[in-house]
Amino acid sequence: MRLDPWVLLAIGAMALATFATRAGGYLLFRAFSPPPVVRAMLRYIPGTLFASYVMPALADGGAQQWVGAAGTVLTMVLTRNLALAIVAGTAAATAVWMLPGG
Amino acid sequence: MPDELRPHKPGFSRAACWAGARASLPVQVAVIPFGLVCGVTAQAQGLSLAEATLMSGIVYAGSAQLLALSHWADPAPVLASAFAAFVVNLRLALMGPVLGPWLDRVRGWRLWASLFVMADQNWAMSVKEMAAGRFDAGFLFGSGFTMWFIWVASTAAGHLLGGSMRPGAGHPLFFTALAVFVAILASMWRGRQDGLPWAVAGVVALGLARLMPGTSWYIVGGALAGSAAGVWRDRSAGRASAP
Repeated sequence: MRLDPWVLLAIGAMALATFATRAGGYLLFRAFSPPPVVRAMLRYIPGTLFASYVMPALADGGAQQWVGAAGTVLTMVLTRNLALAIVAGTAAATAVWMLPGG
Repeated sequence: MPDELRPHKPGFSRAACWAGARASLPVQVAVIPFGLVCGVTAQAQGLSLAEATLMSGIVYAGSAQLLALSHWADPAPVLASAFAAFVVNLRLALMGPVLGPWLDRVRGWRLWASLFVMADQNWAMSVKEMAAGRFDAGFLFGSGFTMWFIWVASTAAGHLLGGSMRPGAGHPLFFTALAVFVAILASMWRGRQDGLPWAVAGVVALGLARLMPGTSWYIVGGALAGSAAGVWRDRSAGRASAP
């Protein structure tokens, strides 16, 4: 088992930086109790955060991503089952991938 | 369970830990391939099995790890990796406050451990639990710990498989991560009120992703702009309908 000191230092620094983001936002909010406008925004954060993830990925993606995403959404809306939606979406993306030229 | 709403009830129960662990199983479908890819990449960049496993164990942030590994060097780039991890994970700073009503009732190691295992998928599930009126941060910890364990194990497996498994960039294996986010997004639709905030978020994110590639500013900026648009719309509607 090789453990290089520089690698350990880099991993440790990454771990600290990541935990700072995980705990920092919550602790800042608790310490400074922000105004009602900011609190009202929290209600919209979950949806807009995932919308911000998905849009650029789809815009940069091709047929595989679009067909896969459509399959995922359709399955999610019809069944409300997360696991099924992920599997169905990935299956749809794989089908496009296996097409000649896909 | 209306009982859970009573403030004297514990904010962190064993039952909720188990409920979280069970509920998170579907998203593990996508954690495994992501972890394998991370392990394969770490091996290709010359990290030992111990180093790769340690990284997944204490950093526990897939996209940040992959980004850092893609710019790896010898000696390891300490400041660049830490900065990349911070910027890619800034979105996590927006997630913590949303779960404030849960976390405010938890103290000590339970609070720190729950924050440590908070990731996109189990956070989204916890938000829905909270919206359903259940107030127990054990759900966040239970779902997060399960995911952490599978993440670390699949990274190690990816490192061991190493060169024998190297999926190309267009492989549909990589689509599973996006499928998770698309499915979560679809499940978050609450009705027409979400239309404007989501559209603003998507457009702003698209623009920022072009301007600042390789960071997560586009996620942070898109989420803030979309949420601000929603609040602005709600407030002007409130004023318009006032006598």
